[in-house]
Amino acid sequence: MYKLKVVDASKIFRRDGQEVVALQETTMQIPAGRFVSIIGPSGCGKSTLFNMIAGLIKPTTGKILLDGQNIVGKSGYVGYMLQKDLLLPWRTILDNVILGLEIRGVSKREARKRAQPLLERYGLKGFENNYPPELSGGMRQRAALLRTLLYDQDVILLDEPFGALDAQTRLQMQGWLLRIWEDFQKTILFITHDIDEAIYLSDDIYVLSHRPGKLKAKIHVELERPRREETLLSDNFISLKQTLLDLLREEPKDNGTT
Amino acid sequence: MAQPEKKRYIEDEKKRQQRMKRIVFGGQIGLGILVIVLWEVLTRFEVMDPYYWSSPSTIYETAKVAFLEGTLWDDLVYTSLATLAGFAAGTLFGSLIGLSFWWSAYYSRISEPYLIAFNAIPKLALGPVIVILFGIGFFSKVMLAFLMTVIVTALAAHSGIKAIDKDLEKLLYSLGAKRRHVFTKVVVPTTMPWIVSSLRINIALALAGTIVGEFISSRQGIGRMILYAGQILDIDLVWVGVVVLSLLSMLMYAGTVSLEKLLLRGQEPKQ
Ligand SMILES: Nc1ncnc2c1ncn2[C@@H]1O[C@H](COP(=O)(O)OP(=O)(O)O)[C@@H](O)[C@H]1O
Ligand SMILES: [Mg+2]
Repeated sequence: MYKLKVVDASKIFRRDGQEVVALQETTMQIPAGRFVSIIGPSGCGKSTLFNMIAGLIKPTTGKILLDGQNIVGKSGYVGYMLQKDLLLPWRTILDNVILGLEIRGVSKREARKRAQPLLERYGLKGFENNYPPELSGGMRQRAALLRTLLYDQDVILLDEPFGALDAQTRLQMQGWLLRIWEDFQKTILFITHDIDEAIYLSDDIYVLSHRPGKLKAKIHVELERPRREETLLSDNFISLKQTLLDLLREEPKDNGTT
Repeated sequence: MAQPEKKRYIEDEKKRQQRMKRIVFGGQIGLGILVIVLWEVLTRFEVMDPYYWSSPSTIYETAKVAFLEGTLWDDLVYTSLATLAGFAAGTLFGSLIGLSFWWSAYYSRISEPYLIAFNAIPKLALGPVIVILFGIGFFSKVMLAFLMTVIVTALAAHSGIKAIDKDLEKLLYSLGAKRRHVFTKVVVPTTMPWIVSSLRINIALALAGTIVGEFISSRQGIGRMILYAGQILDIDLVWVGVVVLSLLSMLMYAGTVSLEKLLLRGQEPKQ
């Protein structure tokens, strides 16, 4: 039994009378508790795929099954962290994190009480009452991710959460994310275009082809957990990286779109 | 081993700003006093004709009499209340109209040109109609103050609606939100700085509306007092009215600024 199944899902937009294929028929089967990365050049439909799983847009064809139940066009069944951190600038960090709970009808007081220990434990202690613009990029990403986590769905979609961070912060955040994943046993789908990041974090990596996106390969990452920074230098890691580089290199180099 | 004290120069932006603030504030007060003193001196030596220009001391004496023996206090209360009621109703109703445009893009686009057209009407010219419709009492003044402010606010709120970040809406839906959640948690807070930015203009407009209403026909109010004083050629009393209105206007402006702070809590007003 798979946690999440994407069955022949595709998406076509019509723009200026022309059909734009954002994503070709894609099928994925993801067991519970996995960390799965999706890698591919920009514009290949990764965000589109997430928007469909999150129920924000409807696929042109195909189905999305969560625990066997069709969730096409239904939002709120999975946690989704969009490409930007999207913290509400008029709310403090604490009040941003509890947004999902509030929408569920949990009282503000109760929600704050539940969120507080989480903030402390996962590196936001002392920032509870700050406003988002006062925080660094990494801290804002933490807040956005904790908000998604606190919404408490089994499946969490993360769309390039660390894309805008510098290399050092990025490495820290990866370790942080793995800790959260181990603590909470969520099923995580993670978009990135950084090969190292994909290998370091994932159990499985789905590789999408250049636009219009099509599923090209699924790679299983045989690296023992917990992963450490030494993992990045192991032979296994290097050979996986070679495989992925080859897969992505077969693409036409650059046609200047995003 | 004591090091010899070195002269150190430390940039202190805050200190510099505080210094500037003090000087500016002092200058502002000084300028005000200078104008009043000049006014007094020039009229006393009849460089300016005291019949037309009155003088600060005469205005003060006349005001004292008008407060203690006349109806100036009641007039002031009347005008203030009419202005505040019109301002509050106009701002509230205008915000609601503006916010309501979020509910439907069709409704919003269909009504927008009418809103702009209505805004272009010189509302004060409608004064006589309002007085005929609503009588010469308190309510017609409130109505004029209301008309002066409602469309300005609606247009401001409408600009706010147009500036809403679509991705924030998307985020809320991804957290299982219904439209009403998006409304209270994103639409209202995003629009608030726009609404607030219209407050300062609105309070002055509301006051103008009330005064014009009192000019047209009224039994009370500072506007009526000024009109009456003009008719009996009591120019000192006209000046009292003008000064009292200016003070009232400043006070209301200050009140609006505190209201802004309260409503925004950390956000900046837009435009
Ligand atoms: N709402 C839309 N209307 C038209 N085309 C779209 C829309 N959303 C995405 N696309 C197109 O679909 C393709 C895939 O976009 P996206 O999923 O954002 O790619 P990625 O996240 O992999 O960079 C792009 O070519 C983009 O221009
Ligand atoms: Mg994307």
